[in-house]
Amino acid sequence: MADTNPIKQFEVHTVEFFGRELHFELFGYDLSFTNSSFFMVLTSVLTIVLFSTAMGRRATIPSRSQSVAEIIYGFVADMLRSTAGSDALRFFPFVFTLFIFILVANMLGMFPYFPAPGWHSFTITSHIIVTAALAMMVWLTVLVYGLFKNGPKFFKLFVPSGVPMYILPFVTLIEIISFISRPISHSVRLFANMLAGHILLKVFAGFIVMLAAPEALGALGYAVGVLPFAMTLALTALEFLVAFLQAYVFAILTCIYLSDALHPGH
Amino acid sequence: MTLAPEQEAAHGADAAHAASDVFPPFDPTYFPSQLFWLAISFVVLYVALDRFILPKIKTTIEDRRDRIADDLDAAAQAKADAEAAGEAYEKSLAEARSKAHGIAADTRDALDKELAQEAAKVEAELAEKQEAAEASIRAAKDKAFAEVRGIAASATAAAVEALAGVEVSDKDAEKAVDGAMNGA
Repeated sequence: MADTNPIKQFEVHTVEFFGRELHFELFGYDLSFTNSSFFMVLTSVLTIVLFSTAMGRRATIPSRSQSVAEIIYGFVADMLRSTAGSDALRFFPFVFTLFIFILVANMLGMFPYFPAPGWHSFTITSHIIVTAALAMMVWLTVLVYGLFKNGPKFFKLFVPSGVPMYILPFVTLIEIISFISRPISHSVRLFANMLAGHILLKVFAGFIVMLAAPEALGALGYAVGVLPFAMTLALTALEFLVAFLQAYVFAILTCIYLSDALHPGH
Repeated sequence: MTLAPEQEAAHGADAAHAASDVFPPFDPTYFPSQLFWLAISFVVLYVALDRFILPKIKTTIEDRRDRIADDLDAAAQAKADAEAAGEAYEKSLAEARSKAHGIAADTRDALDKELAQEAAKVEAELAEKQEAAEASIRAAKDKAFAEVRGIAASATAAAVEALAGVEVSDKDAEKAVDGAMNGA
């Protein structure tokens, strides 16, 4: 019987390669190649292969795949330009990499079964450590570049202009807290969305399996099973939307934060 | 049943870890591994995009934009050329028309002149003829008058002689006739 445990899909386990576990350590840390590593590498390789193939001919009149590549390029470039201004285009490769990495990772996670270790898919963005690493990368980029470019003027970010003196310390405190909590909200948003969505999908899909089990309701189970099946179908469509939307939200928040590094005076 | 045996094997090999009750996404066992492979994947993807793929897309889009701008320029140039050609045509047409007008006017003038000359000639001839006719008429009239005077004088002399029996010389008779004629 299929496993109906909705948590099992998030388990990280080492991978066997020709009967050998890809287990190795460095400085006492376990850096084994796991199913998570597999999907990270797959995300990057797939993105590179797809984009290289799409842009292979570089035609003036683009093919469909080339059009898609150019549309994604324009989409991210417009997003960055409209939220952070034209001088933010130096961060374009960074924002583009973040967006496409999260998008492809989310989409790969939508496969229920996959020709991967364990034959099940794995959503790398459903792990807090991954999203936290990405969010911290953005936060540190904002902090380091903001200080490097603006010097002490960067701290104007915490002191909004036009606020009356008597509440300014309070507002500044709030601004500092909000700045420090950015990587938390930034990472938890993506992580929680992917995690919750995939648990929900697995729970409803599990209902179908449980209802169809011969020791349960018999033929009636198949009839009632239509309901969770319809729900799973609808949720799958919703999860595809969420997979795209969360990649977009992560990227646009990155753009907004980078705008602070470039123009701290608001 | 649909799960491949590899997974079971992997879980079997990892039994100690799987047995732990930690929620998998918060299980720190593979945190270093995940960070390590994330860093590798992300950096590889970043470098590939930054160095090779994004510049390719950028130049492709820019080339296309330049090409379109060039084509639009060429089209505008062609349009201007066509307009210039049209203007030249209009101009030459107007020139030809005015030339034709000139030729027509010249011809008309020449014809008018010829006609006027001819008419003047005919008129002169007619006037000459009229003059000659009038002269001959006048001569005939004078002659007739002269004859009338002589007849009148001789008639007067004859009338006076017959009435008064006085012989009147021709001279006196003529004088009397002249005085009567002038008094008349």
